[in-house]
This record gives sequence, C-alpha cells and structure tokens, in this order.
Amino acid sequence: MFLLKEVSYKDILTIKNLHIPKQKITCIVGESGSGKTTLLRLLNRLTSYDSGEIFYQNQLIKDIDPVELRRNVVMLPQTPAIFSGTIKDNLLIGLKFSEKTMPTDQQLGDMLKLVHLKKDLDQDAEKLSGGEKQRVALGRVILMQPEVLLLDEPSSALDEETEHTIIEALVNYSKENKKTLIMVTHSTKLASEFADEIIKIKEGQFLRKEEVSK
Amino acid sequence: MNGLIELQLWQLAAAYMFVVVLLFIVRVKGISREKEILISSIRMTVQLVLVGYILVYLFDNVNPFSTVIVIIIMETFAIHNIYKRAKGKLSRPLKKIIATSMIFGTLTSLTYFLLIVINNSPWYDPRYFIPIAGMLIGNSMTGISLGVTRLVDGMYAERHLIESALMLGATPKKAAKQIVDSAFDSAILPTINSMVGMGIVFLPGMMTGQILSGISPISAIEYQIAIMLGILGTVALTVIVFVQLGYKTFFNEESQLNMDDSK
Repeated sequence: MFLLKEVSYKDILTIKNLHIPKQKITCIVGESGSGKTTLLRLLNRLTSYDSGEIFYQNQLIKDIDPVELRRNVVMLPQTPAIFSGTIKDNLLIGLKFSEKTMPTDQQLGDMLKLVHLKKDLDQDAEKLSGGEKQRVALGRVILMQPEVLLLDEPSSALDEETEHTIIEALVNYSKENKKTLIMVTHSTKLASEFADEIIKIKEGQFLRKEEVSK
Repeated sequence: MNGLIELQLWQLAAAYMFVVVLLFIVRVKGISREKEILISSIRMTVQLVLVGYILVYLFDNVNPFSTVIVIIIMETFAIHNIYKRAKGKLSRPLKKIIATSMIFGTLTSLTYFLLIVINNSPWYDPRYFIPIAGMLIGNSMTGISLGVTRLVDGMYAERHLIESALMLGATPKKAAKQIVDSAFDSAILPTINSMVGMGIVFLPGMMTGQILSGISPISAIEYQIAIMLGILGTVALTVIVFVQLGYKTFFNEESQLNMDDSK
C-alpha cells in the first residue's frame, strides 16, 4: 500500500526502506517523541518530507492531489477534534468535508454501537468526556470508509477494558471490509495481539518491522 | 436659515477650559491618564489646524494631481494603520492582501459613488472627493482591522480543528470556512450597528456638520443616507476581498497549514 524509500524529514525522522502492506493491520510502536506521529503525517501528506520518495499504490504521493489523497488516506489525530454541534454533526463532518454521501440515522446509530458509545445523536458533543470524544472522532473516520485509516493513539483516553473492546471492533471492521489500518500505539500488548505487522521506531530512526505470527 | 456662528478665539479657548477642568478632576481622583488626555488634545488640535490650511489650499487650487496625491496619502496611512494595529502578527503575503483589498475595495466604491451617485464635476473636485474618500477609507480601515484580528487569532487558536479538517480530506476553503465567516461578521458588525442606531441614538457627524452650517435637515439626511449605503458597500467589498484571499495565506500549495509554531 505504502512504500517509503530513503525518506527523511528534518532531523525528526529517517526511513531507509519500509513497506506497509495492503489490507493488513500495522502497528507503529516507539517511545514518545520518536517520530511515530510524523510518520503518519507524512503518509497523509500533512507534512512534506525533505528528501526520498513515498509511494501510495505505486504512485508517488507528491503526484497525487493532497486533498484527494487525504480522502482515501484519512488520519485521526491523537487529540480528538470536536467541532461545535451535536454528536450527529460531529459524526457527519468528515463526510461533509470530503464531499461523500450522507448515511442514515440508523447507520449512525450502528456506528455509535461499534465504538461503544451509549449516547443520543442529538447530544452536544462538546460536553462529552475525553474518552467519549475520542470515540466520536473514531466513529467519524470509520464512517468515511477510506481505503486507509491512519490512527494516532486512537485509545489513549480510554480505560484498558474499553480500549481492548474498541480496538478489537476496529480490527474486525477493517478485516471484514478489506481496509488497511495503520495505528500508532504505546501499548505493545495491543500491538502484539492485533497487529499483522509491527513497525518499531526509535529516536527518529526506523528500526525494524516484525511480522506477527498468529 | 441662519448661517453658521463663526467661533471666536475666546470661544475656542472656553472649549479648552473644559478639558483643563477634566484634567483637574482626573488628577484629583488619581487616575493616571493626564498625559494621554493632554497629548491627544494637542495632537488633535495640530492635525486639524494643518488639515484646515491644507484643505483651504486644495479648494483654492483645484487640479487632479493634488487630489490623487491626497488619496494616495490617505490609503497609505490607512494601510499602515491596519498593520500597526495588528501588532506584528501579519505575514508578508497577508500584508499584501490587506493592501490590495483596501485599494481595490475603496477605489471601486469611490468611483461608483462619485461618478454615478453624486455625479460631481469635475470628478476630482476636492470639496466632494476628499471628505467622501475619507469616510469610505476610514470605515474600511476599521472594518479590515477587526477582520484581520479575528482571522489571524482564529487561525492560530483553532489550528487544531483546521488541521483535523484537512486530515479528513477537507479543502483549505472548507477547513477555514467558520473562521472566514466570523472574520467577515466581526468586520461588518460595527457598520451595521451604527446604521441601526442612526438617527435614534445619535446624529452622525457629517449630517450634524451640514445642519450646523445651515443646510436643511432633509438635504442633510439625503447625503447621510447615500454615504451610509456607500460605507456599507465599501466595507463589505473590502472585507470580502480580504477574507477570501487572506485565508489562503495560511495554507501552502500542498494544502498544509503554513504557520510558524513560534508565533
């Protein structure tokens, strides 16, 4: 899905050669400040690399219109972005931004179930707790049904139990719908349980990639 | 109608006495603003005396060059003032856009106003040109100043939301829409408020001046209505041009946010 060659960005991240496979679950692990988020931002082209090449489906990402790329490769930031309005508004805003078709309330309700949020669609989203906001933001990007989901610590504000349930639901969703999931996580436990491949980054250097046998 | 009562020197002196009394009160009450009151009174006096003589000169020597020079000075001063009020928060491209929208917006409206609404002849007659240009440029300056503040502060304060919108595949235009809209609102609101209060809460300066100089209130309101519509149109036009071009300076050609973290 992605191929990175001799990529470097300032003195923050250097990657000699890295392949991220299609329709698999890839986890990126490493200490904070090691460049994990930067890697996601490079794939979503929110940050431009200084040298090297990144390919998305065999096409150089610099040749793809950035807005078009981001509609296929959607990124979820670590701090969830909550826009003013209801939960429903917040779920729909990704689809509005990317000019996609709107789902029914039934589908939105199903999405709330998927992210384990027992709230009404017309509740004010700004009054939710940190963990609830994170789940609304997660539901928002899943609704967009992009080819690739880039998730930056999608469960950082959740307790361990909820974290496990949600990531499991997310992984199942990706497998069923043949989506590519690339996820930054600090939890090696989660990574070894759910990932097909694990990318290890240390101090801005790509260390190695491990395939997880199940 | 009686002509205007010409103020004698002693009458002006009496007006200054009023400020001296005020200064005395401020001092006794320990409000440490004497300096500001004094300086602004003196500045105002000097500026107005100068402008009075300049206007007398311009009215006696009517020619297109001096009118054009006056408007260049006005525009330059207004643009410089907008930069100064933004307190160094402006990038170079944004400054260019402020200048472009001020010049384009005010000159377009001024042309329409002088040629079609008032139809004075010659077009450069300073008696019409200068006061009207002053009102249009002055109000646009205030409008853009407010719009600039809201746009720049909004882009910085809400950069996380804007960036999140970009991550979701929003175009820069959509990602910045809320901020652009609220910048427009805050720029146009003072003009709208003053139109709403006009005639009830206060009598506008231009109309008051005309009435004092003996012109019938009916003629005075005709001018006032025309000039208010002109001001509304000019402020709206300059601000629309400004926000529509201005938000783009916060994004680069790769549709990424393009702001220094240091600011």
